[in-house]
Amino acid sequence: MARIVIVGNGMVSYKLCEKLVEKNSSASITVIGEEPRPAYDRVHLSAYFEDENADKLTMAPKDWYNGNGINLITSEKVSQINREEQYVTTHTNAKYEYDYLVLATGSSAFVPPIKGVEKKGVFVYRTIEDLEMMMAYGKKASSAAVLGGGLLGLEAAKAAIDMNLKTSVVEFAPRLMPRQIDEEGGLLLKNKMEDLGIDILLGKATSNIEGEEEMTGMAFSDGTSLDVDMLIISAGIRPRDELGKEAGLEVAERGGFVVNSLMQTSDEKIFAVGECASYENMIYGLVAPGYDMAEVVAEQIANDNKEYTFTGCDMSTKLKLIGVDVASFGDPFCDNIPHYPISINDKKNGIYKRINVDLEGKKLLGGILIGDADDYNMLHQMFINEMALPPHPQDLIIKSSGEEGGAGMGVDALPDTAQVCSCENVSKGDICCSIKDDGVTDINGIKAATKAGTGCGGCLPMVNNILEDTLASMGTVVRKEICEHFPYTRQEMFDLIKVNEIKSYTELLEKYGSGGGCETCKPLVGSLLASIWNDLILKESTIQDTNDRFLANIQKGGSYSVVPRIPGGEITPDKLIVIGEVAKEFDLYTKITGGQRIDLFGARLNDLPLIWERLVDAGFESGHAYGKSLRTVKSCVGSTWCRFGLHDSVGFAIEVENRYKGLRSPHKLKGGVSGCIRECAEARGKDFGIIATEKGWNLYVGGNGGANPKHAVLLAGDIDKETVIKYLDRYLMFYIKTAEPLQRTAPWQEKLEGGIDYLKQVICEDSLGIGEQLENDMKILIAHYTCEWKAAINDPEMRKRFTHFSNDDSHDPTQKFKRERGQRFPVAW
Amino acid sequence: MTFEHNTLDQVTTWVKAGHVSDFPEDGGSSILYKDQQIAVFNFTTINKWFATQNLCPHKKQMILARGIIGTQGEEQTPKVACPYHKKTFSLETGENLNGCEDSITTFPIKIEDDTVFVGLVEEK
Ligand SMILES: Cc1cc2nc3c(=O)[nH]c(=O)nc-3n(C[C@H](O)[C@H](O)[C@H](O)COP(=O)(O)OP(=O)(O)OC[C@H]3O[C@@H](n4cnc5c(N)ncnc54)[C@H](O)[C@@H]3O)c2cc1C
Ligand code: SF4
Ligand code: SF4
Repeated sequence: MARIVIVGNGMVSYKLCEKLVEKNSSASITVIGEEPRPAYDRVHLSAYFEDENADKLTMAPKDWYNGNGINLITSEKVSQINREEQYVTTHTNAKYEYDYLVLATGSSAFVPPIKGVEKKGVFVYRTIEDLEMMMAYGKKASSAAVLGGGLLGLEAAKAAIDMNLKTSVVEFAPRLMPRQIDEEGGLLLKNKMEDLGIDILLGKATSNIEGEEEMTGMAFSDGTSLDVDMLIISAGIRPRDELGKEAGLEVAERGGFVVNSLMQTSDEKIFAVGECASYENMIYGLVAPGYDMAEVVAEQIANDNKEYTFTGCDMSTKLKLIGVDVASFGDPFCDNIPHYPISINDKKNGIYKRINVDLEGKKLLGGILIGDADDYNMLHQMFINEMALPPHPQDLIIKSSGEEGGAGMGVDALPDTAQVCSCENVSKGDICCSIKDDGVTDINGIKAATKAGTGCGGCLPMVNNILEDTLASMGTVVRKEICEHFPYTRQEMFDLIKVNEIKSYTELLEKYGSGGGCETCKPLVGSLLASIWNDLILKESTIQDTNDRFLANIQKGGSYSVVPRIPGGEITPDKLIVIGEVAKEFDLYTKITGGQRIDLFGARLNDLPLIWERLVDAGFESGHAYGKSLRTVKSCVGSTWCRFGLHDSVGFAIEVENRYKGLRSPHKLKGGVSGCIRECAEARGKDFGIIATEKGWNLYVGGNGGANPKHAVLLAGDIDKETVIKYLDRYLMFYIKTAEPLQRTAPWQEKLEGGIDYLKQVICEDSLGIGEQLENDMKILIAHYTCEWKAAINDPEMRKRFTHFSNDDSHDPTQKFKRERGQRFPVAW
Repeated sequence: MTFEHNTLDQVTTWVKAGHVSDFPEDGGSSILYKDQQIAVFNFTTINKWFATQNLCPHKKQMILARGIIGTQGEEQTPKVACPYHKKTFSLETGENLNGCEDSITTFPIKIEDDTVFVGLVEEK
């Protein structure tokens, strides 16, 4: 039995173990890693900032290694290799003999020799421990700088800003990500980063890190300086090849064990894989090539197969930085290759796209996408597979409005050999096979059968397209059934409930479902029942999500927030005083929301009815902040005060908010009304936006803020108030009837075949002849409106539910609060 | 907190949890016994009662009683979903059904004359 010793337990080391297990290798495997825990997902290291949960990042727990007969030794550093006698020794002087040695020592962050780097407050970004130290230090810091404006540096900057630090990025080159994107792209990216609140300093060489024991700032060679409390160095990586130097293994000029296409170092008994291996003078700082190298070694160890070789790897990348899409593929610059660049630079929407096409216009050579990288997967595939370009290559990056995905081609054009998931090396053919031959019908099934998308996850949108496409080609109708209890789509359920006049969940489950229901179908049916009958949501409270069940938004620590409706954001001084008094009496934290109302946090379950009693007495109504329903209609001050105002935007906002208050929908709904084109109410960032014009009003639909901001698009222009209301009635009802669960108006609208033009026909021209019906349905809902809180506090049976214990009147004794800035907060969980 | 799946023969004390009507149909509510919080579920659709710890092991919140209950799979395993992050736990064994959270403790439960009793194991 061959003895394999693997040095290092990082991502690639783990992958090698996994592959050896999969291939049923008979070798006896020992893994020696210097970090205190088994290999974890370094690629998603930044996720640790969110929940500090190291377990989530773990590739496989210790038990996995044990269970598969792998001897995993952690917190042990290999300090020497004895090639003659084929053993390694560790820093505790333990000795391990090998037949084959695999070096998977990865790399460490490169720390440039700047004066003062040893000071407290200077960090690198590589391990969980690095993050822990950084987070601890960050608590007492107020600003941070990142040295290096590359892929990793920008990710570190995002992490710093999430730690609430004033953040700057310091880059030596004259632009960001100099290795991946060109000047124009760099400029746009800089603007986008600045929009996120990150300062970008370019062309700066750092000469000194200032401060006594702890750093206090940085000095640059041009004489300028920056006051800053901490520094994260992200200036590149250095392969960890120190073991090789001493053992006389060949080491590349720029570092890394020199390997051949079989991953053998200059000693054929010793392999090197991952970030410590230098293949043709190249270190691959990405995980996918490392996995490929692991496959090469696993094939040799398990199957004695020397045919499978490493041939280099594509370095295309998509930045997973939240908030800004950045991707580059192939050769983004083509500096020395004859080519035609085709680019668009849409400064208004912050989108830059460039593709490089060969002189014959037949092939893609590379490209850059910033601001909108939706087409990355498709373009990347076209590049890798050298697919023929469409007659007008510019169509690949220019979207005509309403069309989904500009890349002008569907997944059906991809050859079966196209590698879709590069992390796990899964081809389109593999995925199709799992669907056609093994009967897989959903994404989870594909993940289980092929492992596609289980790495970085970047390929999932494309995997999903392949799934839908293949199912469709097999004649299987792709149905989005709700869950195991109801074999229907949301729209079918809507019709079932309506046509058969179903009034309760239990009745529906009995007649059309099976089993005992679940957390997916119960709230969904609750929402449908409310959308169709506008009945009180509390009547069948236990099918509702907790927010709807207790008519308030649950927050950390089990307390709830209370949001009274303030239509259009207009409120009298007397009502303001009542809110203040109530907040004071129940010790509630108060905050002004983005929707122009006031959120009261920290209400205990038992207090909710008491709080609302006071609010309802003062004339407030439920704000439905807890429901998938109309939230607010935001307004600017409009013509009543503003010198630019054309019409009364506040009055109209109040009218519209009162019309649709309590309306239950597939997802939350927001509106806005602005008094002129200056758009102070940001109405186009809402599901519906109304903007005054000289001649009347423009009605925009399908906008939203959040993670994927979208501007609403014009449905009808220069229409009068009555028509606005008529179209809105129809639009909202059509959305409520046909959208998927939890789908907001923007994605719904995008998925509608025919897009906005189709919508215009249905709503404004009544092409389906359902206009009147939609308006009537809306009228019924409006007529049935009651304030849920008013009803709840006046019904003793309903009130009874607002207690934490059913056998005791006390509050939950485990709830803990602290005081900050004069208000009460829950303690962190 | 370590979890247990307490069985009938281990019960040393039957604690009165309340009248059946104190617990909403197809839903839950929590009870306080000494300093222990127990979630009691009235699963009307399948005509069964369950009792578990009220603490969700994921974020350590006293919340499970406010979760939505349902069934899963062909075996129709009864389960509760934590309102915070929809971690689901078997009401029978306490096992986490959609992740790698710790299991929760479950307790025997019985109804006599419309009164609900939860069986606890108390150290003497
Ligand atoms: C914040 C961050 C974000 C990233 N994002 C991406 C991304 O989006 N996409 C992507 O493809 N890549 C990304 N990467 C890079 C990716 O993480 C690496 O390519 C990958 O981890 C390399 O794996 P490896 O096993 O070669 O090295 P490592 O994961 O570094 O593992 C090497 C291990 O060996 C140990 N070791 C070293 N020397 C010894 C010794 N002498 N004895 C014992 N143990 C030793 C080290 O402590 C380490 O645990 C990112 C990296 C970071 C830090
Ligand atoms: S899991 Fe992976 S890199 Fe990753 S290709 Fe698939 S998504 Fe990427
Ligand atoms: S949108 Fe126009 S009317 Fe409204 S506040 Fe701004 S400038 Fe004034």
